[in-house]
Amino acid sequence: MTWYLVRRVGQAIAVVFGVMILTFILLHMEPGSVARAVLGLKATPERVALFDDTYGLNKPVYQQFLIYMDRLLHGNLGVSYQYLQPVSTLIAERLPRDAVLLGLSTLLAVIIGVPMGIYQAVRHNFLVDDVIAGTWFTLYAAPDFMEALLLIALVCVQFHILPPAFPGGVTSVGGLFSDWRALVLPVVVLSINSVAGFSQYARSSAIMTLAEDYIRVARAKGLPERLVLTRHLLRNSLLPVITILGLSLPGIVAGAVIAEEIFNFPGMGLLFWQSALSHDFPVMLGATLIIGVATVLGNLAADIAYGVLDPRIRLASS
Amino acid sequence: MPAPDSWTATAAESVAGPLEAGELVLRRSDTQLTLSAFLHNKRAMTGVGVVVFMLLFCFVGPLIYHTNQTTVNLAIENSPPGNGHPLGTDEYGIDILGRLMAGGQSSLELGFAVGIASTLLGVLYGAISGTIGGIGDGLMMRIVDTLLAVPTFILLIIVASMYTLSLTVIILILTALSWPDVSRLVRGQVLALREREFVQAARSMGSTQRRILVRHMVPNTLGISIVTATFGVADSIYALSALSFLGIGPPPPFTDWGTMLTNGVDNLFNGYWWQVYPPLIVLVIVVVAFRQIGDSLNDIVSGQLGGRMLRRRRRRFGWVPLSARYEQDGQL
Repeated sequence: MTWYLVRRVGQAIAVVFGVMILTFILLHMEPGSVARAVLGLKATPERVALFDDTYGLNKPVYQQFLIYMDRLLHGNLGVSYQYLQPVSTLIAERLPRDAVLLGLSTLLAVIIGVPMGIYQAVRHNFLVDDVIAGTWFTLYAAPDFMEALLLIALVCVQFHILPPAFPGGVTSVGGLFSDWRALVLPVVVLSINSVAGFSQYARSSAIMTLAEDYIRVARAKGLPERLVLTRHLLRNSLLPVITILGLSLPGIVAGAVIAEEIFNFPGMGLLFWQSALSHDFPVMLGATLIIGVATVLGNLAADIAYGVLDPRIRLASS
Repeated sequence: MPAPDSWTATAAESVAGPLEAGELVLRRSDTQLTLSAFLHNKRAMTGVGVVVFMLLFCFVGPLIYHTNQTTVNLAIENSPPGNGHPLGTDEYGIDILGRLMAGGQSSLELGFAVGIASTLLGVLYGAISGTIGGIGDGLMMRIVDTLLAVPTFILLIIVASMYTLSLTVIILILTALSWPDVSRLVRGQVLALREREFVQAARSMGSTQRRILVRHMVPNTLGISIVTATFGVADSIYALSALSFLGIGPPPPFTDWGTMLTNGVDNLFNGYWWQVYPPLIVLVIVVVAFRQIGDSLNDIVSGQLGGRMLRRRRRRFGWVPLSARYEQDGQL
């Protein structure tokens, strides 16, 4: 287990390094020059030169990379061209809000998805199973932006139950909850995306668990079905769900870009989207880096949690 | 979950079953088995039927149903279904049914192109990585991990914000971003295959790495690759529509179902429902159809791998590396 941990952490570090290289390459993929993209085509050569000089863009590429790495390792993600603020500050402001949004929607998705998946597994090969699976698949296949807009059309425009977007000027996590009604729709839309995944995972895992001998033993010794389901089935089917909790992070983040754009949620997705529109590379790449690192950490945590929670797992290297 | 290496081989034996003495068995190849199971699978065949229908609809339909898709006709803008326009017209007076066909052409072209290209790339990469093993394998897989760590959609937005997109460019970008997923699955499969008897036999007879790769690894990963290709088609059709929705898709006169949706949504609040629901419905139907084909193929193929679930989570487009490490990788 220790050796496995060491190797796994080593891999994670390598991938984080890879993500850094990736963002650096992306920065240099801009056709023409960054200065032109940011300052516009009418910028004078002097301004372009000044810009290049300020951001070190006139140095050889390898030197730029070393400077970039050095700054990253010091926690400096650069300065936003648009806001003229450090990227780390911009991101740090928004990260807790995203934690609330993503956390709530994932929680909702798990609360709905897992019991549903287990119910489907118990009712495997019955009509109910197919109907539930079909419903979620349709919702899943429908583009999430459509779901969001149709929900707005129904809930906000037709019935005036909830506000369609966040009011501007929300700056704190507390501010999110003071306007909790605006929080409902983004959370629901984001969780619709993940419920199908969670329930299908829980379902296939529960079907496999149901075939295990200990379930048969539990039933044979006369344990009430309710206890068989909660004590034996639920617990054992939850394991794979823990893995996807870690692994589903990038998907949720990507979904959050669209949802935040639609609902004007002041999170990292919106920041990312706005900086993409204004060619604000430091922000875009900073956000990409943070997402990449978060994903790597999520995967790592999931792997370790899986190994710790399920003692049956014999890791290949141990 | 145990590493699959150790038990795939035994599981595969149990599927084939031991031969009794004197028993004469005409064994069909894996490919034949897959094909036959596929043809008898209702879900898969329904999916294929839908896809074929949509292909005919989009590519043959315009030859039969002639509409004006080029000039603006404001006299008939936003007219409801009926009156020579079975599905009504959009804000420029363009027939929606004809638009569905035109938009479907680009959506389907993109889907198939990305599905096929990224699968080819991913299969080659994964097979090479799995075959060479060692440090090279580790390095190649870290590259894949890196690309998987950043959501495809995020990368897509970054690149889309830099370049003016055309269908070809989007196809190239999506291909470049969606092969890692395939290669990871294929590598896992190759690692499992490496321990199988026929590969070891080939090796012991002095086959070169390349021969093993081309003659044994690639054909035997065909099942998984087709599965991922079908998912890839659905994912990329979806990605294109999301890009169009965000307004960074290809500029007009390009059209696809996503663009139609986006334009229609602007008018949804005016009550022009016929501009939204037709593209929404065809989009959902096509995506579900491809996923159904992929899912049933997945069941068939993983059945042949000895009941091992491939457990590739049904994703939206390629942004969750749910490559199910435990099931896929030969080692952790």
